[in-house]
Amino acid sequence: MQPKIVFENVTRRFDLGHQSFVALDRFLLDVADGEFVTVVGPSGCGKSTALNIAAGLLAPSEGEVRVDGKAVEGPGPERGMIFQQYALFPWLTVRQNVEFGLRIKGEPAVGRREKADYFINLVGLGDFADALPKTLSGGMKQRCAIARAYAVDPSVLLMDEPFGALDALTRVQLQDQLLDTWRRERRTVMFITHDVDEAVYLANRVIVMAARPGRLKEIIPVELPYPRTEEIRLSSEFTAIRNRVWHAVYHQQGTQREEN
Amino acid sequence: MSAPAKIAKPLRQDGKGQGADLSSLALNLVGLVAGIAGWWALTASGAVGLPPPPDVARKFVDLIANGQLATDILSSLARVLTGFLLGVLLAVPIGFVMGWYKVARALIEPYLQFFRMIPPLAIIPLAIVTMGIDETPKIFVIFLASFLASVVATYQGVISVDKTMINAARVLGAKDLTIFLRVIIPASTPFILVGVRIGLGSAWATLVAAELIAAQTGLGYRMQQAQLYYDLATIFVSLITIGLLGLAMDRLLLAVERRLTVWQERV
Repeated sequence: MQPKIVFENVTRRFDLGHQSFVALDRFLLDVADGEFVTVVGPSGCGKSTALNIAAGLLAPSEGEVRVDGKAVEGPGPERGMIFQQYALFPWLTVRQNVEFGLRIKGEPAVGRREKADYFINLVGLGDFADALPKTLSGGMKQRCAIARAYAVDPSVLLMDEPFGALDALTRVQLQDQLLDTWRRERRTVMFITHDVDEAVYLANRVIVMAARPGRLKEIIPVELPYPRTEEIRLSSEFTAIRNRVWHAVYHQQGTQREEN
Repeated sequence: MSAPAKIAKPLRQDGKGQGADLSSLALNLVGLVAGIAGWWALTASGAVGLPPPPDVARKFVDLIANGQLATDILSSLARVLTGFLLGVLLAVPIGFVMGWYKVARALIEPYLQFFRMIPPLAIIPLAIVTMGIDETPKIFVIFLASFLASVVATYQGVISVDKTMINAARVLGAKDLTIFLRVIIPASTPFILVGVRIGLGSAWATLVAAELIAAQTGLGYRMQQAQLYYDLATIFVSLITIGLLGLAMDRLLLAVERRLTVWQERV
């Protein structure tokens, strides 16, 4: 079966005055259909760059990203994206936010509402459909953003440190909820984080990247069954994988721990 | 000159308890009464050569009764509203174009920065020479004052729209026109409204000064006449009216602004 997402020798340089800097160097990765991969690595490892290129928000300097065999040449509704800062439209209610993409697609009002309500309920915001984002907590905002991304029915979800701004407790709840949503509405997910626990807990495979230049370092499979539960999170198998990822991330040549 | 607008930022605090609102309102009233009492005491003691409150109040009644105050208010308001509306109507599209197209920004910005440094009142001599002494030069300087204040705010509003929000719209399938209509316009509304309020404040300030220099009617003109006859009570009546009208217009715009930006997170 052909892979869902293919990164083929993707290089991205940024010009900083006279010198250019390589954010991503010949990045190679295949993501299978329906797979959940997480990407971890120190700051400057190019993980966000890779995601933005896949989203079509950034053009590669060399190489290409293909989704379903087609080269990415800009954003498209088949690739949904979720941002760390939620990026909800604050003047729209939860339902209007979720309907935003459907409206652009030209979906008629009735179907739009039905679909929006389905995904709002799926992320557990049913009681807040008519609320404005300012009245929601960070976790609820991100759930709304997830519903909004799901509503346009993308086959790929690109998530850029979506839980990075949340407190530890909310983060764990949202991880469970995301996995639950993913099992019911299966999509291919590429999820960026710098939390090693989160990376292992969510993924089929953890992609570890290295910095300067940003590149692929190691791919670590997570052979733990879904649904992932607290027992799994506290199991010795989990700890072993977690330790392996930790070492791959934090003991990179020329990379200091405190660099975050 | 009592310009009404002292606007600092688009974010305000609200949500204080009802009790706090009431007690601060009471304090406002106490301050007001104390001020008038102080004014009265000072004038009664003969320390300053100003008219005491009762004289001003009587003059107010006279000017209302003979219709002069209403005429002055109407002609001042007509000027300020015409100039202000024209200024805002032109400023908003130009501000959008400047924020959206880098080329337009580069072409227009030098003029904007330059004319911002010239007080609109300084244009009056030129305006009178080239446009005559009827309503046109006055409306023109008011137009200029409100245009300059609003255009900068609009343009700032457009360029400060969160890029992530634009990207979010883009990945949901939005093209440029949709992004402009459904993201840029609503996201920059708070900035525009602040600009409009500042514009109204500076239009009002400019109007009164323009009437002092060149007019045959209006609140500014009335003060200028009163000055010739040493009629301090009329000057007081005009000043108080100018302040109250400015305040009323500012509060009105503030109410509109709050209405249109209920969605904003206020700190």
